[in-house]
Amino acid sequence: MCSRCPDAARRVGGVVLAFALFVAISAGVWARDLRVCADQDNLPYSSRSEPGFENRIASLVATELKADLSYVWVSPLRGYVNKTLEARMCDVLVGWPREAEDVLTTRPYYTSEYRFVYRVDRVGEIISFDDPRLRNLTVGVPVVGDDLAATPPGHALAQRGIADHVVGFAPFGVEPPQARILALLQSGDLDVAVLWGPQASWVARRLGPAYATHEARDDAHDGAISAFPIAVAVRLGETALRDEIDQALERARPAIERVLDDYGVPRVQGKR
Amino acid sequence: MAAKDYESTRYSGLAQIDRANVSTLTVAFTFPTGVQKGHEAAPIVAGDTMFVVTPFPNILYALDLARGGAVKWKFEPSPSASSQGVACCDVVNRGAAYADGRVFFNTLDNQTIAVDAASGRELWRVHTGDIRNGETLTMAPLVVKGNVLVGNSGGELGVRGWLSAYDAISGALVWRAYSTGPDRDVLIGPAFKPYYAFDRGTDLGVKSWPGEAWKIGGGNVWGWISYDPELDLIYYGTANPGPWNPDQRPGDNKWTSGLFARDPATGQAHWFYQLSPHDLHDYDGVNENLLVDLTIGGATRKVLVHPDRNGYIYVMDRASGQVISATPFVPITTSTGVDLETGRLRYAPDKTPKPGRVVHDICPGSPGAKDWQPSAWSPRTQLVYIPHQNICQDAITSQVSYIAGTPYVGATLKMRPGSGGNRGLFTAWDPANSRKAWSIKEDLPVWSGALATAGDLVFYGTMDGWFKAVDARDGKLLWQYRTTSGIIGQPISYRGPDGKQYIAVLSGVGGWAGAIVSGDLDSRDSSAAGGFVGVMSDLKARTKKGGTLYVFALP
Repeated sequence: MCSRCPDAARRVGGVVLAFALFVAISAGVWARDLRVCADQDNLPYSSRSEPGFENRIASLVATELKADLSYVWVSPLRGYVNKTLEARMCDVLVGWPREAEDVLTTRPYYTSEYRFVYRVDRVGEIISFDDPRLRNLTVGVPVVGDDLAATPPGHALAQRGIADHVVGFAPFGVEPPQARILALLQSGDLDVAVLWGPQASWVARRLGPAYATHEARDDAHDGAISAFPIAVAVRLGETALRDEIDQALERARPAIERVLDDYGVPRVQGKR
Repeated sequence: MAAKDYESTRYSGLAQIDRANVSTLTVAFTFPTGVQKGHEAAPIVAGDTMFVVTPFPNILYALDLARGGAVKWKFEPSPSASSQGVACCDVVNRGAAYADGRVFFNTLDNQTIAVDAASGRELWRVHTGDIRNGETLTMAPLVVKGNVLVGNSGGELGVRGWLSAYDAISGALVWRAYSTGPDRDVLIGPAFKPYYAFDRGTDLGVKSWPGEAWKIGGGNVWGWISYDPELDLIYYGTANPGPWNPDQRPGDNKWTSGLFARDPATGQAHWFYQLSPHDLHDYDGVNENLLVDLTIGGATRKVLVHPDRNGYIYVMDRASGQVISATPFVPITTSTGVDLETGRLRYAPDKTPKPGRVVHDICPGSPGAKDWQPSAWSPRTQLVYIPHQNICQDAITSQVSYIAGTPYVGATLKMRPGSGGNRGLFTAWDPANSRKAWSIKEDLPVWSGALATAGDLVFYGTMDGWFKAVDARDGKLLWQYRTTSGIIGQPISYRGPDGKQYIAVLSGVGGWAGAIVSGDLDSRDSSAAGGFVGVMSDLKARTKKGGTLYVFALP
């Protein structure tokens, strides 16, 4: 059963507006609404069945804003910002790169990095893209699309000419890429995966103590491509809402840190 | 069929409407489709009936031409709403096909459907692919020797390309030829004899890729198919490789961005020519192939004329796959020519996209010198009429996101008009002599198809809604009419039940270039509509969305 793929919204039933399904309209305690677009099956970020850490952070922000939180569940699709925020389907995206240009972002609430996940008794320890063993191991990496967009580990591997045993995981599919990668690490079909911090720790926790995770160092580039600050995004021009969310994030700071701890989200020290 | 004939000439032998009387051309009837997205389809006419397929939700209309275009029947396939979220470049459909009392068309959610032309009753439908993986269907099928030929879209998301043949009577799969993978999947066997050495070898669809990257390698077949009954070969192009960056897929990446000749009954490949080996710039090879006979060097040659996204117009021997000439029809910076000895495109190294580097003046930009919009050929003038764009781009690395929570590094592609400042061109090309005959500058990209007629007229539309007739000999504007929306459809001409000549076209802006108006633009900071929107920001003020069929005739 594919809970997150594009046609799932139809099967779930209820009101279908284009490709999105409006659910979880809360009771309406407050006078204002905070409408968040999120993927319904993308743990550890977001999920309809059990809250992901971005769901928890959205709740904290809504509480601070004294707003009723509602979700519009939209699976990954091309032109996400235009089909969600710009189409006024929702007002907020949680978990967006601070530097993205097609949205207005808050100050970051965490900064993480890409990490290796591997089975210790098979490969020992892998900490750098310059580890020569990566040329011969089967490495799983998320891919995006062919229009020059790529995951940073995809770039890092390509720059070193590591391609022969690299397996790409596209965003579409029956399960999110991190779940597909998890299954193949477990079966031994993948030796190593390079995943964004929160996904890496989520995968490693489920795999158990035989597996380890380590920051993916890019020594050739001072590790610079690997770390990204993550923020909340609103529509371009909506400075007032952005500023309010910034203040809410600041007030909820201790609670947000606890959520990130709960989900094992690895943070780059000294950075948000 | 959408392209008028198997040779894909889009040439109508009707001559009632000519250069002398075209100025009196007037609307015979109109028909609103009720759909707001980009209308790229060609209406097709069989007997007294016109068939029109709309963009998503892919409604098929049968219009009675004996009764002023009254709706005879309407068929609603009800495709999955979610397929709209998967399509890359608006939710277009490029038309239906008619054969032996049946109409065949595709839906965005990967269904090929056969409908009884007289009654509108469904005869069969097959699910050709899976939208869960990002796969869609947008192309117009072609029926050859009882097989309905259909190819898929979605390579930018890692969908492996194929062309399939379905039995026209039963809908059963007859063959499927993949564009990547081992020879047995690509239907490469003893009959395969590519002209150039770099296209020869065993299992190149595996060996010219790293590891198993061919499994998600792209090479989709979303463009046009031509057929030569005498040689008994079909011709079609494959799209660009994906979804990796070029530096993560070292090798030629066979059989992407190239042309196949195949046996229509078995699918077996006869030759292949790779237009853009190891494509760097999103240069799909899916543009139309016009099959014509040309006098070159005193001899008559059976050729295929292919104006490619990479900026060259190829004239090839369609029996052997030899390139006779490859001539730039726009200014090109990404390559320096085609080596006619080896067949290889010579890339310009300084225009190779690299993460962390700004590359200026990439010409043509990602939509190419010409995209899907099909050309026409007039045997009277011996010219090919090419609707196209004049767009270059700069590539700048930046952070992007695709799935909430996960940061990526992407390239922001800043498109801009090419030399001259106009974004579009309509070019008449003399393929026998490899030279331009004349060219019309259009402010906006010319995203419509072209139609040539025996009245020595050529028709095309503009994205701000003008439908134009120009003199086939010199390009002089002879007539124009303002439709309610931008035109990206394919004009046709037919003889009506009353014996009169008619010209028909769908108006309804959208597509990749027009997504800014039809609404489903792709905002990824990339070469997709996000990049196109930057160069089309004035379009919203110049036209509005909405599909309407226009049919014109002499008073």
